[in-house]
Amino acid sequence: MITKKDLEHIAWLSRLELSEEDREKYTPKLNSVLDYFGELDKVDTEGVEPTYHVLALSNVFRDDEINSPTKSLSQEEALSNAPKKHDGFFKAPRMM
Amino acid sequence: MYENPDGVKIGLEVHVQLNKLKTKVFCGCTTDYHNDPPNSHVCPVCLGLPGSLPVINKKAVEAAIKVGLALNCKIEEHTQFYRKNYYYPDLPKGFQITQYDFPISSQGYIMIEGEDGELKVRITRAHMEEDPGRLVHEGTIDKSKYTLIDYNRSGMALLEVVSEPDLRSPKEARRYLDKLRNILEYLDVFDGNLEGALRVDANISIMGGQRAEVKNISSHKGAERALLYEIVRQKNVVRRGGVVVQETRHFDEAREITLSMRTKEEAHDYRYFPEPDLVPLKISGWAPAIKETLPELPDARRMRFVEQYGITDDHAKALTSELKLAIFYENVAKKADPKTAAVWICDVLKGELNYRNLTIDSFKKEHMLSVIGLLASKNITEDGAVDIIRTILDKGGTPEEIVREKGLIKVEGDIVETAALEAIKENPQAVADFKAGKEKALNSLVGAVMKKTKGRADARAAREILLGKLG
Repeated sequence: MITKKDLEHIAWLSRLELSEEDREKYTPKLNSVLDYFGELDKVDTEGVEPTYHVLALSNVFRDDEINSPTKSLSQEEALSNAPKKHDGFFKAPRMM
Repeated sequence: MYENPDGVKIGLEVHVQLNKLKTKVFCGCTTDYHNDPPNSHVCPVCLGLPGSLPVINKKAVEAAIKVGLALNCKIEEHTQFYRKNYYYPDLPKGFQITQYDFPISSQGYIMIEGEDGELKVRITRAHMEEDPGRLVHEGTIDKSKYTLIDYNRSGMALLEVVSEPDLRSPKEARRYLDKLRNILEYLDVFDGNLEGALRVDANISIMGGQRAEVKNISSHKGAERALLYEIVRQKNVVRRGGVVVQETRHFDEAREITLSMRTKEEAHDYRYFPEPDLVPLKISGWAPAIKETLPELPDARRMRFVEQYGITDDHAKALTSELKLAIFYENVAKKADPKTAAVWICDVLKGELNYRNLTIDSFKKEHMLSVIGLLASKNITEDGAVDIIRTILDKGGTPEEIVREKGLIKVEGDIVETAALEAIKENPQAVADFKAGKEKALNSLVGAVMKKTKGRADARAAREILLGKLG
């Protein structure tokens, strides 16, 4: 059961700001999602291999070659979308 | 038996950069960025731009298996990647690609020299992950106004080696780090001299109390200092009747103290989930072939040195503690007396290098061979040999040149005889003291002979001659 407090915690972890109205709306919605997982839990999975990954593939590699498969960007390109920069660095508020 | 009076328990998480690879772990950006401007070796993958997809570097996986095997770990049949979610500016994607319940290797150990003999330190696991970017703070981390970020480091292949809390003192922690670093260098997957190559988080508790996690330790010396500080801090908390709380602390290298990060408790809610963009790896089958390619590791080489060259275990240990030094020794020992080589390299050269903060790269093996040769042919004294080594390190030159310039050729026979006679004549008091039974008085006479011959006489020979004349 997800409480309003749980919801606030989840929102904080994702750095989402929710209005009081949003909180009222999302709490029951998330609970209905969780209830559905409760339904899944009822399925008998005895003897079934767990699914570790949704793709039925393994061992996909790249060789240790420069610019393969992606090419590096120039510093100018790398910083072109940054709202704030300083001497070639991205600039962010102090984090503590 | 080591008592461990404060009940210290230390476990280390060591982040090792696999910096001998050509490219980062999930993209084709170069790992050779250390002297370049910030954000000049980045791409959509390591900047976490939308729509970019990581593909794992095969060589990085091979290197991780190599390390796992060298740490006596089991290489797992099934291994896969997860997203570890948290917000911090060093992670442009808002998550770090790492491993969780299926690490590439686990359940290993390494042997170190503990407080009371050999100590087995268990390795919980060694898992692969991507390095975050580098943060630059103006001033100190708790006072700077903003954070600058360089993503050149972002996406470097890291191996996080996690130990069990088997270490009982800061000294043991340092030895563990030295040993780990030593093994990594032997494996040729890691260059420890590059900035950020090895970073340590330490978990430490005392007397069964809660543990503090100390982050931001960037060297083995730093680890020892951070842990010494932390033990004193925790003891003081207990002494004042307080309780050590579980928290994350930041090591301030300049001030050599740890500071509480004051992070919110929920910060450790990482919500790991399988990385959908990377498929699982099934590579335990590679292990036997990779095992065949493992080089001789430090412990094995140490034992071989003792056996093959007949040197002491202490010398063998010192010589194998650095791969380059071991290679240097072996090159010299092939062409000179191995025992003499061990003595001069360990007891003299290494000390002179350490004193000058130099590595073995600063000294040529040919010069060591010449010095040993000059000693063996009794052309120079031991003091003269030390003088040659110092001069090469300080000013350069070859042993032969230095012998000629400084006139270090050992003097013998008549010259020493004359010097001994003069010394006896000029120091009647010492002679009288010696004859009265004060054996120590002989030392001042030997000193006088050495002074007269400018240190080129052999002190032992001078002593013999003096005894002959006084007897």
